[in-house]
Amino acid sequence: MLKKSLLVLLSFVLVLSLVGCGSKKTGSDKEGDESSDDLKVGVIYVGARADGGWSTTHYEGIKNALSNMGLSYEKNAIDVESVRDDNDDCIAKIRSFIEKDGVNVIIGTSYGYGSKMKALSKEYPEVAFLHCSGGDTADNMSNYFGRIEQARFLSGIAAGLKTKTNKIGYVAAMQIPEVVRGANAFALGVKAVNPNAKVVVSWTNTWYDPAVEKATAETLLTGGCDVIAQHQDSPAAQEAAQAAHVWSVGYNSDMTSAAPEAHLTAPIWNWDKYYQPELEKIQAGTWKGGESYWKGMDVGLVDISPLTKNAAEGTQAKIDEYSAKLKDGSFDVFSGELKDNEGNVKVKAGSKLTDADQLGMMWFVENVEGKIKQ
Amino acid sequence: MEFLTHDFIPYFILAVGYGIPILYGTLGGILAEKAGNINLGIEGMMLMGAAAGFLVSLSTENVIYGLLAAVLAGGFGALIYAFLTVSLKANQIVTGLALTIFGAGMTKFLLNLNKEVVRIPNSVQKSLKPILSDVLGIEGLEHSIFKIFDLSILVYLAFLIAIVLHFYLNHTRYGLNLRAVGENLAAADAAGINVNLYKYVHVVLGGALCGLGGAYLSMYYIPIKTEDVVHGNGWIAVALVIFVSWKPLRAIIGSLLFGALSLLGKSLQTGVSLSPYLLDMLPFIVTILVLIITSVQMSKENAQPRSCGLNFDREER
Repeated sequence: MLKKSLLVLLSFVLVLSLVGCGSKKTGSDKEGDESSDDLKVGVIYVGARADGGWSTTHYEGIKNALSNMGLSYEKNAIDVESVRDDNDDCIAKIRSFIEKDGVNVIIGTSYGYGSKMKALSKEYPEVAFLHCSGGDTADNMSNYFGRIEQARFLSGIAAGLKTKTNKIGYVAAMQIPEVVRGANAFALGVKAVNPNAKVVVSWTNTWYDPAVEKATAETLLTGGCDVIAQHQDSPAAQEAAQAAHVWSVGYNSDMTSAAPEAHLTAPIWNWDKYYQPELEKIQAGTWKGGESYWKGMDVGLVDISPLTKNAAEGTQAKIDEYSAKLKDGSFDVFSGELKDNEGNVKVKAGSKLTDADQLGMMWFVENVEGKIKQ
Repeated sequence: MEFLTHDFIPYFILAVGYGIPILYGTLGGILAEKAGNINLGIEGMMLMGAAAGFLVSLSTENVIYGLLAAVLAGGFGALIYAFLTVSLKANQIVTGLALTIFGAGMTKFLLNLNKEVVRIPNSVQKSLKPILSDVLGIEGLEHSIFKIFDLSILVYLAFLIAIVLHFYLNHTRYGLNLRAVGENLAAADAAGINVNLYKYVHVVLGGALCGLGGAYLSMYYIPIKTEDVVHGNGWIAVALVIFVSWKPLRAIIGSLLFGALSLLGKSLQTGVSLSPYLLDMLPFIVTILVLIITSVQMSKENAQPRSCGLNFDREER
């Protein structure tokens, strides 16, 4: 019996290790092509390059930045997909990128890589480390993120003008400041054009689970919502809206092809607006680390996808109005007076929420129906 | 009546929609275990069915071809499993796990061949759920009791299969033979039953059912390209096989209960001041409670087929 269970255990380990080896191989098959330029980027993706969401937006950004610089992704970048960010998997990959493939820029696209990238940046001072969504910096490491709240605010305008029931559903992933901030910005966009409408937030407690995302959207629709917005990694919530013949707001990329009859617009990322200047500086040898980059519509890092035929009349004009103000900085999404949904004044009239307060935002604005429980 | 048509029925329809893939997986699992094979590959076979159904109906725009591809893909996965466990006598647990990992990898590979975000033509989804008012020719069914019949064809098919399986297992000679195989391989063999054939046929049929469950998800429930549309439903089915004590009719109730409780957690979020994490645990807590209750009153009838996990080798008798 013991022998048999040992056998089972060993075969299990064998299978798992085979899978492990398999996944690590991705990406390194592109080496060998000697490029005349010395810029070589090593990218660590948290999901699949073709996930149609987060990782795709980064892939497109790097690809576009390189081709604008007269380089190509095939020659000047290598990558590895679906690397977990909650363990040490990325360390070995970064080392081999630098030591075997001669990479001089490392891009990590998920929060959890931060501490490991920082540790490695000390070992390889000649390599530039760019880390998305974290807070760590070093002499040769910068972090960057975008003010997607601004785009969410604009998408809220589209939803606020479209709703008939004045109830808008928001399928939200995790109870963390990033998601809370996004839902609030969306709700403020709704409020700017439709003060009577409420945004109902429902938590899925997962970034990715298509059936749960759709079912959560369906319960919101059953509760009387007629527009569904989302902060999730799959487009499943869009399907709930399309099947119920109502409307939806996507996220990450233009989701019109996922739900052509429901989709209004989606907050989207244009990462090339960050990658291109940084890569140009690195190539020219003028790049310096230690930066925490957090920009938005002013540089075009975030935007919304083109409005579809489903959007209400007059939406474009309203969006253009606020979009111009967000771009020139005369309007801030979180400017006072802001109350939370229990009636407490959180931001006084005439002032606005500081960046630090935005990064720790764990309360809902007035027109959000939902609860945050830690 | 107001409560019935405005609250209960819409909610019931959602619960059915969410529970059906789990029902397919559970029925597939029951068939395999009745033949004495624990198949932990349900998740993998559902994924293979989902990918095959999606890709074939995407390129052919034909719902029948799509479903057929899903059934074949699920059955093919099960055939690999059956060959390894029945003919080569490999360990059932490990083979099942390997099948799940294989299915997940295969699905990602196939779906990533096309980098675009794509959706199956609406005609496919519509032919899986003809609109009730069109079929009956009556208007104004939106808030009536008839709404309860406004479900996908695949939902009725799942119920029908469960009922047929019930009769097959309990009221036919083949069913009796199958149960004999599941209970005692040597005795069944001595009685002249072709043990290996029974195992092959039922494991593969079970895989085909899992494939259908995957197709329900990828062709009807979420007809948008998603890498991992099954995402754990197969594992819930593995648990549900035990929860419903290997009975197809109970599987209907079990999967609907599980679906309903999963959704209840979501809709209670805004009203009740309980943590959503606790609410997400609801279906699992209830499942465990029911498991405890059923195991306390565990009779021989409700027990797992006794040859489960054992491979049959005539020479070793």
